[in-house]
Amino acid sequence: MRHGRYPFIVGFLAVPVAIYVTFVIGPYAQAFYLATTNWRGVSANPKFIGLENFERLLSDDIFWKAVRHHGVLLLAMPLLTIVLALFFAFMLNVGGGSRGGVMTGVWGSRFYRVVFFFPQVLAVVIVGVIFSRVYAPDDSGLLNGALGLFGLDPVLFMANPDIALWSIIGVLVWQAVGFYVVLFSAGMASVPKDIYEAATIDGAGRSAMFFRITLPLLWDTLQVAWVYLGIAAFDAFAIVQVLSVDQGGPDGATTVLGMEIYRNAFSYSQFGYASAMGVALFFLTITFAALTLRVSRRDTIEL
Amino acid sequence: MSITPENPADLSRRTVLRRAAAVGLLATPAAGLLSGCVSGGDDEPTEQAAGEKSAENPLGVKEDAPLEVVIFNGGLGTKYATDVHVPSYKKKFPKAEVKFSQAEEIATVLQPRFTSNTPPDMVNNAGSKLMDQGALVQAGQVQDLTELFDAPSLDNPGTKVKDTLIPGTVEQGTFNGKPYVLNYAFTVFGLWYDSALFEKNGWTAPKTWADFTALCDKIKAAGITPYSYAGANAAYYQYLVILTSAAKIGGPDVLKNIDNLEDGAWQAEPVKQAAAAWAEIGAKYGNKAHLGLKHTEVQLQQNQGKVAFYPSGSWLENEQAKDTPPGFKYAVMPVPSVTTSDKLPQTAIYAAAGEMYFVASKGKNPRGGMEYLRHMLSKEGAKGFTELTKVLTVVKGAVDGLEISPGLTSGNAMLSAAGSDYFAYRFDTWYKKLDDEARAATNELMFNGGTADKFCERMQKVADAVKKDSSIEKFKR
Repeated sequence: MRHGRYPFIVGFLAVPVAIYVTFVIGPYAQAFYLATTNWRGVSANPKFIGLENFERLLSDDIFWKAVRHHGVLLLAMPLLTIVLALFFAFMLNVGGGSRGGVMTGVWGSRFYRVVFFFPQVLAVVIVGVIFSRVYAPDDSGLLNGALGLFGLDPVLFMANPDIALWSIIGVLVWQAVGFYVVLFSAGMASVPKDIYEAATIDGAGRSAMFFRITLPLLWDTLQVAWVYLGIAAFDAFAIVQVLSVDQGGPDGATTVLGMEIYRNAFSYSQFGYASAMGVALFFLTITFAALTLRVSRRDTIEL
Repeated sequence: MSITPENPADLSRRTVLRRAAAVGLLATPAAGLLSGCVSGGDDEPTEQAAGEKSAENPLGVKEDAPLEVVIFNGGLGTKYATDVHVPSYKKKFPKAEVKFSQAEEIATVLQPRFTSNTPPDMVNNAGSKLMDQGALVQAGQVQDLTELFDAPSLDNPGTKVKDTLIPGTVEQGTFNGKPYVLNYAFTVFGLWYDSALFEKNGWTAPKTWADFTALCDKIKAAGITPYSYAGANAAYYQYLVILTSAAKIGGPDVLKNIDNLEDGAWQAEPVKQAAAAWAEIGAKYGNKAHLGLKHTEVQLQQNQGKVAFYPSGSWLENEQAKDTPPGFKYAVMPVPSVTTSDKLPQTAIYAAAGEMYFVASKGKNPRGGMEYLRHMLSKEGAKGFTELTKVLTVVKGAVDGLEISPGLTSGNAMLSAAGSDYFAYRFDTWYKKLDDEARAATNELMFNGGTADKFCERMQKVADAVKKDSSIEKFKR
């Protein structure tokens, strides 16, 4: 029944494609257009100004500061998250050693698995509000309260420009780890048991098992995790908005592009300029994704 | 001719990965969201209601035209509108339907309606998510209020509305020579303290800088943070105080130059002196942890007797009403004089009409909107507002004979002592970018070891950038 095929396909595709074009492609195209105007968000007729917005971007200190922060996020966040998640996943699945020929996790691993996933269930804003109490600069804060018991001076997590960004990264990692523990666990579950068994018989310790077997066989999953986390590093907007001093402060020390786009659009009413930043962010993200896929190309081990 | 992959194995992991990356891209918070509302509406004027002008109806309101009013629901609440102003309007025009609504995020709710040219008639543009008033004026969305201010007042047909107001009110809402906005609430700013605590310790409100620092030493010795503000979200209370000092040292023109983006306005000697004086207070008598706190948290600490002086406006008492312990008595003093040769006396204060109300020029019933403002500016309207919110209005003598709270009494006394020596700036609402930079620069100055020179330099740099920016409309006063 080949002749009925096209109407059939078109019938299925029309609605989703229309929705996608209207709500995803359309706004994207509009953002590119707005980036070349000086629209301020209140008039119905934006004025075309060419590439002026992009020229301004080049000499905008705050913009470059935000880009640098993305650089730090891009290096630190995926690395920390993946290392932690790998460690936890290994402990939960393989770390308990062999029992009756089956690799098991450490004692209580089923319980930990649920606990690790908790942060993932919370909305980002709630995480932000929780951590504003955890990081509170006086004795009422969870961390500083604990430090106070030892007679230490409070650490100004969000107020000290030198550590504010790292505090933010801490929250992002805390939230992300659970998901990747689950992802890596699934990857490890698909590694055939006999490989581990053989390794055990050959006398491999836990670390050798991890580096020689688990890691190479998980390479594909790691790659996915790296791309996802990298893209998440270009976001971080919600946490910065909720948690940081003065929204991206102190003094721009924690600002990210999302924050600057938001500020320029909704606070300075410079929607045109904000759109230009959005376009820049678009290209940054796409470059990153393309680069990662190219650099991390490596032959998959066929099982 | 098949177009679907006959062999599912073609769908390699790598392809999946690439697609996953593409999906991830679309999830970035890029500008897609921003443009959701650009293309609605056009510039064709909507049909606007108008009625016969008469002595009874000087603004020519159509008596049965519906009126839509949107009020910001924040510290002042909305009761003053629903219980005082709306009934007052309905009493005069019983046939008119007044549609009242409130919003906590004015820009979120109303910006799309302005873009699509279907705005409500009267808007209270306030709160942390307020719309950029300058941008609205620039886009021709705001009704010129000249006619309202020249109309006879509701109470006395012989007096024009503008003559019933505290001097400076009309100017405060003026953009390039035309009044577009009514700033309704009258706010006085100063340093707030607990007069009960001060009395108990035998401390008196200092007038000179030397007295101020001497008292701060005593307060510090008593284990109380002498001076503080909330860096996380309320740094503008502090730059207001710094600029108040600058104006007192060099006269109100210092602020005028800043507003007008004059070259070198931020690097003027008075600004530098003021910044230096306050940097010392921050370093010696502040609490670094408060950079990470929000205004309500620091205000609570003051209520608990942990902070002595706190810079704020006269809304403070009402805002803290729930948390103020019974023995706590709010009082306010002017910012002490920095030098002995200050141009303005020690009693001079920052005071301004604030809380913006405007009429949409492209709405269905702008005349009704102006009439609504006329009701707000009547004696009854203003008195009702102060009774419900404990905040003064710009209407002269409206609170005569009212019982007021200790904080308001103190604020009132400070205002009358100031006489005509009060001043304000406008740059924070005209140029939001300068406001943000001033907050960051102030936090650096007060908490993170900044210097006066650095403060002035970075403010000047951003002021120059704003001046050069062709996309930002400039205002003068």
